[in-house]
Amino acid sequence: MKKKAFEHFMAFITWTAAIITVCTLLFLVGFILVKGIPHIKPSLFSLTYNSENVSLMPALISTVLMTLLSLVIAVPLGVFAAIYLTEYARRGNKAVGIIRITTETLAGIPSIVYGLFGLLFFVTVLGWGFSMLAGAFTLSIMILPLIIRSSEEALKAVSDAYREGAFGLGAGKLRTVFRIVLPSAMPGVLAGVILAIGRITGETAALIYTAGTVAQIPTNPLHSARTLSVHMYTLSREGLHMDAAYATAVVLLTIVVLINTISARIAKRVGSKA
Amino acid sequence: MDSLKEKIMSAIFFLSALVSILAIALICLFLLVNGIPAMQKIGLFNFLLGQEWSPTDTPAAFGIFPMILGSLYITAGAMLIGVPIGVLAAVFLARVCPKKLYRAIKPGVELLAGIPSVVYGLFGMAAIVPLTGNSILSACILLGIMILPTIIGVAESAIRAVPEHYYEGALALGAGHYRSVFCVLLPAAKSGVFAAVILGVGRAIGETMAVIMVAGNQARMPVSLFNGARTLTSNIVLEMGYAAELHREALIATGVVLFVFILIINLSFSALKSRSRW
Repeated sequence: MKKKAFEHFMAFITWTAAIITVCTLLFLVGFILVKGIPHIKPSLFSLTYNSENVSLMPALISTVLMTLLSLVIAVPLGVFAAIYLTEYARRGNKAVGIIRITTETLAGIPSIVYGLFGLLFFVTVLGWGFSMLAGAFTLSIMILPLIIRSSEEALKAVSDAYREGAFGLGAGKLRTVFRIVLPSAMPGVLAGVILAIGRITGETAALIYTAGTVAQIPTNPLHSARTLSVHMYTLSREGLHMDAAYATAVVLLTIVVLINTISARIAKRVGSKA
Repeated sequence: MDSLKEKIMSAIFFLSALVSILAIALICLFLLVNGIPAMQKIGLFNFLLGQEWSPTDTPAAFGIFPMILGSLYITAGAMLIGVPIGVLAAVFLARVCPKKLYRAIKPGVELLAGIPSVVYGLFGMAAIVPLTGNSILSACILLGIMILPTIIGVAESAIRAVPEHYYEGALALGAGHYRSVFCVLLPAAKSGVFAAVILGVGRAIGETMAVIMVAGNQARMPVSLFNGARTLTSNIVLEMGYAAELHREALIATGVVLFVFILIINLSFSALKSRSRW
């Protein structure tokens, strides 16, 4: 009898926890959708922002530009670093241990600390001011560990037979890496890049004091610009355009859902191949 | 010719790998160089344990003890809410959930992880604050929700990494399904579960935007669950925009304190991770 009671009780609390989690998610998403969808109007997508029409289009364009700029900086660095760690570094190399520890440390640093660093270094010392460039460099350091880790895992998953085959046919190390190993690892690398896009889109704290909050389309990388998340935060702090803030939140949620779907698709393809 | 190219590229790969070391070094350097002088001017003791933060008064006071407490209380509260639900939900996903249901719930949990913190903040402002006010409690509830996907993800893979024969052995000895899971599998996965908790602590203590939007942000000693409080992270964002001179340096020093907290958390996470299976 006692045994049964334990089983029932544990079953009850486990299911309850799962139900709470699912209901929280449904409530959160539903709440934002219900509050936001009625306020999505064509005027929110006009190309200019002014105090009457708090258009989110400039912020959307800035988000895309900021994402591209950060990826251009971080992806080559991250992938090259991963190539060094998996293909070039010898076993027991001391540098590898240090690189692993620093990458893990970077991954744990909160975004506001990145923002503070960006403000001190890119904005002040390098004299770039509040600018897309300062924001993109700050973000690229932030996503670097993510890119390194996912690329490293993808490269490690490539069978050694590929490498041996390429060497056997007389290809050099560099050719083997770029023509054989990297193409087979591409889906994994891409999955990391997509996760990074998600982080950039959602980032606020690291951008407020690096890229600033100007709500127009930037025409120069040294101009300040706000991404969608910063836009939504600013609107909700001002409190005058809560409707537009909810509508922006809906757009952000849509982007996140898209990103998750794409990365799940890619992960599935990687999984079925391995 | 080819060997020259090989050499140049391998040097480039090596230099790229050094970038993360360079980044950490620069972050430490800039935070310390800009933050330590403020700690010296204010006095380390007055800075860390001073109970008054009034940077614009004359004479100004720069004590961040209220913010340290604010961060600790809010993080502790978030853990009280997030850890039990998260660990139980992880057990559910790893060991209880029917396969079909899993395919529906797992993407949901991943979605929860991807939602930007400002969207959580907006939700908190509109759905939690009307019930519990701009208060520590609101921040705890919101952060408790935000750390769920982190805890569920890590704890689930830790539970899944326990060899199947642990479970089968428990069943063979006459334990029921749930007793096998909770008394054998979960203890075997404990270092992974602890790592999940620590990762959650790191996320909660570093969270900025969502907390600003619901916690009230008063820079005074937190008195009760239903009063507002300010965290280390919010202190930086709220005042950096207009701070100058010693005030600005004191905010950077706040960042140094936060950074030290995070380093301690990271170190304990790595230590636990190296001891667990996954």
